[in-house]
Amino acid sequence: MRAAARAALLYLSVLSLTFALLRLAPGDPATFLLPPGATAADAVQLRGELGLDRSMAVQYARWFRETLSGHLGDSFVDRRPVRLVIGDALPVSVALGGASLLFSFAIGMAIGLMQSARRGTKLDTSLTVASVVLVASPAYWLGLGAIACFTYLASSWSLPLYLRLPAIGLATPGAELQGMSHLADLVRHSILPVALLSAIGAGGVARYVRTGALDAMNADWMRTARAKGAGERRVFAHHLLANLRAPLLTLFALALPGTVAGSVFVETIFAWPGMGRLMVTSIVARDYPVVMGCAATFGAIVIIANLAAEALLPWADPRVRS
Amino acid sequence: MGGSASAVVMRSPGRGERIAAAALVLLTVAVILVPAMASRDPLRIDDVLARRLIAPLGRDAHGGWHLLGTDRFGRDLFVRMMLAGRLSLVVGVAGSLFAGALGTLLGAIAGWSGGVVDRSVTAMADLLLALPRLVLLLVGVALWQPGVETILVVLALTGWMGIARLVRGEVISVRHRPYVPAATALGATSARVLLRHVIPNAIGPAIVATTLGVGNAILLESGLSFLGLGIQPPAPSWGNMISGGRDLLVVAPWVSLAPGLALVATVLATTVLGDGLRDRLAGEG
Repeated sequence: MRAAARAALLYLSVLSLTFALLRLAPGDPATFLLPPGATAADAVQLRGELGLDRSMAVQYARWFRETLSGHLGDSFVDRRPVRLVIGDALPVSVALGGASLLFSFAIGMAIGLMQSARRGTKLDTSLTVASVVLVASPAYWLGLGAIACFTYLASSWSLPLYLRLPAIGLATPGAELQGMSHLADLVRHSILPVALLSAIGAGGVARYVRTGALDAMNADWMRTARAKGAGERRVFAHHLLANLRAPLLTLFALALPGTVAGSVFVETIFAWPGMGRLMVTSIVARDYPVVMGCAATFGAIVIIANLAAEALLPWADPRVRS
Repeated sequence: MGGSASAVVMRSPGRGERIAAAALVLLTVAVILVPAMASRDPLRIDDVLARRLIAPLGRDAHGGWHLLGTDRFGRDLFVRMMLAGRLSLVVGVAGSLFAGALGTLLGAIAGWSGGVVDRSVTAMADLLLALPRLVLLLVGVALWQPGVETILVVLALTGWMGIARLVRGEVISVRHRPYVPAATALGATSARVLLRHVIPNAIGPAIVATTLGVGNAILLESGLSFLGLGIQPPAPSWGNMISGGRDLLVVAPWVSLAPGLALVATVLATTVLGDGLRDRLAGEG
């Protein structure tokens, strides 16, 4: 309960920070809103309508009330409420990020555990090198490489159809597909972006799991487990995994900002209409209300993830329950 | 992390670290010398048709030889890549150093003073950590003009929190070591004790984090430049060079490939060095 109150307070501070940043920025928001050819009198009138002529304290109070009631303002560009603009983009990003996190952890854990079991072998070394390189590579550059191979070269090398993947958007334009074929089309469009984000994430998770597992292998309780006659399989599946649960939960919350960052680039490269691309396009268009709405949404996601990780910790690690 | 660095037997650097260090030294020399010795201005565009999109190791119609080929405007990619490398290295190192210095200072003050100061620094760090760093960077460049100065300021303002937390923890643990009251008893002022005795003994993890932060800063700068929100063309950055080859993936893949390889190699080298430094400090404790 106290953690929830702290998170709520933190979120209010995040919102206030976005307000402060917006008002600290040079330039008058009214000038962005006015059509070309507007007069100085128009500007004065618009400032009056938007409340920009009131004192900062009054503006803050009003903004605070509106934000709490879920009104994030209207987009400068198409005058749609920011709430609706974000409502369109958020599901796309949640699906992309959620699927990628899931695959990152599943694949990364499997690889990391396998590496720790075969420590020092050639396989272990090459997987370490691969994961370090993946983590050091920019998502957008890998994305361009994937598009070059699986979209362009795949057709000139006449690869089988399932290896020729679309590079843009969520659906084949104008195809008007229904039901299962629509779903299949969506999956085909998702393969490259999800695989890319998952591969980068899995690299990080694998390194983390390998280190954690190697530390754990030298622990007393591992020796005890073996001494009492537990087989290797049971030692791994039961004792080792149980002890990795808590650090992995923490890593999951920590991995979220990275996934958000990755999705900004991946959505831009693959033209996915998600939050990351929305943020970049609204920055280029100087659409401040949308930029701030995106920042507020990302902040909420990170805070909720941390709160959830904290709440689940007693389940993952019974030692903290007392 | 002890006060007695002299008692530490330094492990000799491993092969990976030696290769990484050599690569970074080579890169530094190359980014200084190559653009300075180039026969043509790397920003100049002329006779585009004769020079554009020459493949690596190819010659253009004027007889000019291009190690990594040319871009769509006929500019030599290798020279531009090295010019971009100057910027990436400076932004990466300076951005990470500024963030490290700010974090060390704030963390040390917070851990040393305790009370309200500690609580405000911690609250500020928690606040900034609640937003992904890339989002903060994007908001920063959205509100101010894109450019090197903006990127450096925003990198420092969004990168200090982790380091401040590390240093704060170290300072709190160092604060009660016998040499601190000893220095105070000898008449040293609070600022002198903090700067001369506490921070030097608490700074190890901050140095590791700052080193590891260089690669991250380079990645963030190039990412912003790729999105068109960082270094603005015609000034080259690895990020905007990769972006410049986006529609040439089939015709001239080297335009995006070469700067990307340079970026990955540089980030990899700083990561290997940072990891090595961390292992050495961990072995010390």
